[in-house]
Amino acid sequence: MTATMPDLEQQFEQTIERDQRIEPRDWVPEAYRTTMIRMIAQHAHSEIIGMQPEGNWITRAPSLRRKAILLAKVQDEAGHGLYLYSAAETLGADRGELTAKLIAGKQKYSSIFNYPTLTFADVGVIGWLVDGAAICNQVPLCRSSYGPYARAMIRICKEESFHQRQGYELLMTMMRGTEEQRRMVQDATNRWWWPSLMMFGPPDADSSHTAQSMAWKVKRHTNDELRQRFVDMTVPQAEALGVTLPDPHLRWNAEREHYDFGDIDWSEFKQVVSGNGPCNAQRIAHRRKAHEDGAWVREAAAAHAAKLRERTA
Amino acid sequence: MRSDWPLYEVFVRGKRGLNHVHVGSLHAADDEMALHHARDLYTRRNEGVSIWVVKAADITASSPDEKDPFFAPSADKVYRHPTFYDIPDDVPHM
Ligand SMILES: [Fe+2]
Ligand SMILES: [Fe+2]
Repeated sequence: MTATMPDLEQQFEQTIERDQRIEPRDWVPEAYRTTMIRMIAQHAHSEIIGMQPEGNWITRAPSLRRKAILLAKVQDEAGHGLYLYSAAETLGADRGELTAKLIAGKQKYSSIFNYPTLTFADVGVIGWLVDGAAICNQVPLCRSSYGPYARAMIRICKEESFHQRQGYELLMTMMRGTEEQRRMVQDATNRWWWPSLMMFGPPDADSSHTAQSMAWKVKRHTNDELRQRFVDMTVPQAEALGVTLPDPHLRWNAEREHYDFGDIDWSEFKQVVSGNGPCNAQRIAHRRKAHEDGAWVREAAAAHAAKLRERTA
Repeated sequence: MRSDWPLYEVFVRGKRGLNHVHVGSLHAADDEMALHHARDLYTRRNEGVSIWVVKAADITASSPDEKDPFFAPSADKVYRHPTFYDIPDDVPHM
């Protein structure tokens, strides 16, 4: 029995409407497939590139405890990337091709990872703010309409909580330390605050994908809603930590029951997204080198597997 | 020479007493490497006590477009369910 196009389309719409999940090999409109692949691939690339800023500090972590924690965190990010590539593959994407697109600069990753990590306080601030913002973004994605993506997000969200808490704990430790250490924390906060707000993407009015993604229940909240949620969650955390968020316009608005905050410099965002951030070239070059340096290992393992197959055949 | 590693699907038994459940996929050169990768990727925090890996190409699945005819026979046999049978309320332990 073959279903007709309108039947298939109706089935797809109904599945979404009933808040059920779309699963691999279900018929989906081509635009849904390409949107999901683009979204999941960008997310996967972000996890993979996101290993670099913190990986930069593994060899220089100030204690064995901090080194073990940081290693585990960076390893988790590799895992997140792989869960997501695995989800993208269920839509017919090819993992090798996705990597090729990333290192050719043809697919994006989160612009936040194009900023440098200047001191060890950056490791703490990334855990607190960058993983914190990622959690805000990712929790609603656990109900995304595409089943494999939603399931990957559930797994990821469970692990992100450790990431944020280790960062915040690191910062609390530094804040109890010397004047110099407190200055480092404040400086890192100053540098990461605005880029963290940009992680939620352009304002709703300028976001080209939001409306369709919401209709497909791929996304559940707009960029501005999530950004506001993040600000509201973070202000009391900054107070508890004893740092100042670098925004003179940040204040509680009793009427809205939200914090008001200053204007984001979207020209900076556009610059970084289009490749002109402080570390874009370095991040891609590093990923490319790792991929190329690993080629002989992949080939050798494949040759070894072929030999074993021959022997047992 | 082909250096693309095949795709494996991964199933993990969370703890004794539970079934293996599909958790995702990964690429590996051979079965043994797939098992090691599965351990590193899917069980970093005691998520499992046993792992199965199987080449994705070896899985036979029902096709999504024939889902109604394929599963239809299971919907029209209401007598397979306990609620099909009327038993008086005062009969105990039923
Ligand atoms: Fe992550
Ligand atoms: Fe993380």
